[in-house]
Amino acid sequence: FEMISFLILGFVFVVGMRAVYIICSIHKGTKTASAKRYHPLKTAVIIGSGGHTTEILKLLQNLNSVNYSPRIYIMASTDTSSEVKIHKTEETCFSHNGLNSYEIVKIPRSRSVGQMYISSVFTTLFALLVSLPIMLKKRPEVIICNGPGTCIPICVIAFMMRVLYITDTKIVFVESICRVKTLSLSGKILLLFADIVLVQWPKLKERYRRTTFIGRLT
Amino acid sequence: MQIGHGTIVPPSGLICDVQVEYFRFKDSVTEDIQRADLIISHAGAGSCLEVLSARKPLLVVINEELMNNHQLELAQQLHEDRHVHYTTCTNLEHTLQHMDLQTLEPLPTVDSHKFTNFLDSIFGFQSQECHTSITSFMPTQM
Repeated sequence: FEMISFLILGFVFVVGMRAVYIICSIHKGTKTASAKRYHPLKTAVIIGSGGHTTEILKLLQNLNSVNYSPRIYIMASTDTSSEVKIHKTEETCFSHNGLNSYEIVKIPRSRSVGQMYISSVFTTLFALLVSLPIMLKKRPEVIICNGPGTCIPICVIAFMMRVLYITDTKIVFVESICRVKTLSLSGKILLLFADIVLVQWPKLKERYRRTTFIGRLT
Repeated sequence: MQIGHGTIVPPSGLICDVQVEYFRFKDSVTEDIQRADLIISHAGAGSCLEVLSARKPLLVVINEELMNNHQLELAQQLHEDRHVHYTTCTNLEHTLQHMDLQTLEPLPTVDSHKFTNFLDSIFGFQSQECHTSITSFMPTQM
């Protein structure tokens, strides 16, 4: 019995050390790739509903769809309008051929607008549990998100998969154009373990050193 | 006038020599924006940016009851950069009477390839612009 608890403690310690190591390498990481890449990148795009959907689809309109395929759009099951927007963008902007394809996956919403933070903990945990088998199956190589809450469980799972040597998923978070002086909650959380946190206003770059600023994106 | 889910329904028709029309939702307000000389809007980013990219004068109205909402940040910054005028519900009438639309400056457009080029550079893909310059270089090398 003592042996089991010792083993568990040991495992938690090792995983914790590995997580810290990954976080350090993320924080130290260089922004441009060292080697050229020729094979496609399996891409997950997390859809946050409403204006967030419009913003992220606009960001992706000039994506070279051959390089970023297949594409998986992950959205909240209660989101009524985003699906149409995704289909429209895919039909208008991208070619479809073999691997160059897309699919839409729905997960429970982590937090609804105005939902109390206390109950949000439970709904987020539920979203996390449902997302886990999806992520283990799909294994995207890159996750692109722009908040809000929908992206956190997915990104946490991706991070844990990286810690446990299952994948090497990169997370690219783009803060909304609305955020001029303050970072969203998702942004603050992802500052810890996202590979890139893009901000669209210089004041944010000044305030949060880890962010990347390349000017307005939309 | 777009009223969304609003409970207050404005009178329509000719009111004080002004033709007033309203609708709740439209798939696209692009046409309405194009036909307008002035747009008055809430501080939603999508609305503001759509109007500014159409190069139309914009007056942003802040809902004082939602003072802590993050819509304010963008409206304030756009106002500081002289792209929009901005007011509150209480001051709307006064602002309409006294604002000078000539002082507004257009919002610079954004290169829509910026984000995707950035992604390409992180992952090592040749960005599309890079590709064009390489193909134009090759004939002289041969």
